[in-house]
Amino acid sequence: MNDLRLSSVSELEEAAARARGVRDAREAEVLVCAGTGCLANGSAELKDALGEEIQAGGLEAKVEMFVKRTGCHGFCEKGPLVVIRPGGVCYQRVKVTDAKAIVEKTLVGGEVIERLTYKDPNTKERIEKREDIPFYARQKRVALRRSGSVDPTDIEDCLAEGGYRAMAKAFAKMTPDDVIDEVTRSGLRGRGGAGFPAGRKWRACRDAEGEPRHVVCNAGGLAESDPHAVLEGMAIGAYAVGASLGHVFIREEYPLALERVSRAVEQARERGLLGEDILGTGFDFDLRIVLAGGGFVAGESSAVIKSLAGEVGEPRAKYVRSAVMGLNGCPTVLNNVETWANVPLIIERGADAFRGIGTESSPGTKVLALGGRVKNTGIVEVPLGTSLRDIVCGAGGGVSGDRALVGIQIGGPSGGFVPTELLDTELDFDSLAALGSIMGNGGLVVMDDRTCVLDVARYFTHFLAEESCGKCAPCREGVPQLYEMLNEICEGRGEPEDLDKIRSLAEVVARASLCGLGKTAPNPVLTALRHFGDDIRAHIEEKKCPAGVCRALTTFQIDAELCNGCRVCAKNCPMESITGERKETHVINVEICDRCGICRSVCPSDAVVAV
Amino acid sequence: MSETPPDIVEAQEICGRYPAGDAAGLFPALQGLQEALNYVPVTGVKVICEHLGVPLARAFSLATFYKAFSLSPKGKVIIRICTGTACHVRGAQRLIDEMTKELEIAPGETTEDLEFTLETTSCVGACAMAPVVSVGGRYQGPVKPGKLVKAIR
Repeated sequence: MNDLRLSSVSELEEAAARARGVRDAREAEVLVCAGTGCLANGSAELKDALGEEIQAGGLEAKVEMFVKRTGCHGFCEKGPLVVIRPGGVCYQRVKVTDAKAIVEKTLVGGEVIERLTYKDPNTKERIEKREDIPFYARQKRVALRRSGSVDPTDIEDCLAEGGYRAMAKAFAKMTPDDVIDEVTRSGLRGRGGAGFPAGRKWRACRDAEGEPRHVVCNAGGLAESDPHAVLEGMAIGAYAVGASLGHVFIREEYPLALERVSRAVEQARERGLLGEDILGTGFDFDLRIVLAGGGFVAGESSAVIKSLAGEVGEPRAKYVRSAVMGLNGCPTVLNNVETWANVPLIIERGADAFRGIGTESSPGTKVLALGGRVKNTGIVEVPLGTSLRDIVCGAGGGVSGDRALVGIQIGGPSGGFVPTELLDTELDFDSLAALGSIMGNGGLVVMDDRTCVLDVARYFTHFLAEESCGKCAPCREGVPQLYEMLNEICEGRGEPEDLDKIRSLAEVVARASLCGLGKTAPNPVLTALRHFGDDIRAHIEEKKCPAGVCRALTTFQIDAELCNGCRVCAKNCPMESITGERKETHVINVEICDRCGICRSVCPSDAVVAV
Repeated sequence: MSETPPDIVEAQEICGRYPAGDAAGLFPALQGLQEALNYVPVTGVKVICEHLGVPLARAFSLATFYKAFSLSPKGKVIIRICTGTACHVRGAQRLIDEMTKELEIAPGETTEDLEFTLETTSCVGACAMAPVVSVGGRYQGPVKPGKLVKAIR
């Protein structure tokens, strides 16, 4: 026993009050984003520099200033990000050399440094506060409620923000059945891709025979920003289904998540929030962390369970669900990290409050990774039911370079394409399914008129062919063959009858594959055919790539009317195939040009055209 | 007596962490070997399998299935080009082409002098920096063509 241990619900409440007291006594807090993106841009050094400036100015003695690292703020495009509380002033692309000015002008002088604030690319106005920036104003942060405001490495900070309060409520005031009923009533659906109702899964596990039971989290990057929300959600789930052991499965591509979850587990154990007799309620629950060996298929639910047992992560046929017979043959609930992070809020505020957000069939919010040709790349959380166009043009800020929006691709590698004319579709599990897509991992890629749908479909199909575990023939043989056929078309060797062949093979793969990977692998190619048929036919019939991406079907030319002779293209050409004097029209030598398209992407006057 | 090769020494040390005859130790033991040597040499895998009492085939089914394991030695500096969606759309392929040309190795291969290993990786979660490359564990991005060659020289 140590003296940090909280042995009752009232001790947890006292500890939370103490932590809030410490936080509230601070004159100011400087929140420095320590997400993967901002760290790579130097935010760790920035945090140190801010700390040194505060000390150098003797501010620690006068007023309490506090610099803390936080989880990802989401607006990775503009990192490193700094937010100053109170007030909520947000600075972006902050450099170490800005630390002095921030301390002297903003912290001491109370003055906003305009050059570091966000400049709206559409209105050219400066925006001082984080909540006023459209990227944030258009979001509804539920699963990410504490991401970007708490220090993910400090349990005190999490307690101050209400961490583990829901767990205490569940253990002390609710029976396991109450918890399952509440989650069922909330309508929470699995955020990992398929959208299976969490309450039903939990109920099936509770009703199944076999001990010990397990809860599993398939974790991704989200776990690094607020690991305690995930731990708390899992503890509540474990209590509901009667599990004593939990497993957090982390992909090796996320070293930061591994580090932070490990630390959070240690801190929670030290505080008695994990382990034996949690908060004196008599409930025992502990967690272990398992580093995933990698691979997309290893994220499939039955494959995760095999991996946890130290076996090859191949899926199995699911005649019996994992909730009934999972890890070591015992009932196992596997939910994704975002699903778990939603659980504490449902318990704390109730199912009705949760249902107040989102749609009837898909309540709550969804975290999306916005990327591709969009102004604001980053992590956003929006209410389900938001239109896809609102996401791209609202939080996303529109297409980069204000080019024409052609469509989006949503759901990760096995998701589907949605064309511009269908972007008023509301984001939810069922409406995406109706378009031939899935919610998947929540990746949303914006495509402009320089993105070739066929190329992206080929890219995803190649990825899935590589990731297929090879256990069942339809997926092992079918997906690489789909890739080959798409590749032929991209390379200019497509024939009109190929499209029917692709459709019929895709149908076999979708219907006959063993697991979700194979069943959804044809989504990219099928949705490309369904919504972008003209573009694909142009590759076959006219041997042209309308977007100017497929190299075999593209030739670049410089439009003499538009070229101002700035030499930018010539300087950037890796093949040295562009000639022309300054202020005179440039020419591309098509004999040397390898059609990489760099000239087109760098030209400031859009003079390079694909023909 | 000849000196025991380092991979055997490492494997023996790892064996000490897991009880003999317990197959559950296989996966973490292989992870330990990979971490220590940057690959899983056949000789070392044999030592581990004998200790844990599992057939060699089971170890190799794991070692060939998971991308985390490599059966051949890796270079001092690992260049990982992210080929996640955001990076693909922003030109990851150009970077792969460039590195393949520069180092004369395909992704997954190591230069003869064991200096560089070229790899591709699925999304590393730093999409705002796309295209992202990690050189020796440090993320860089957005990486412009030409810059990468300079960085590794």
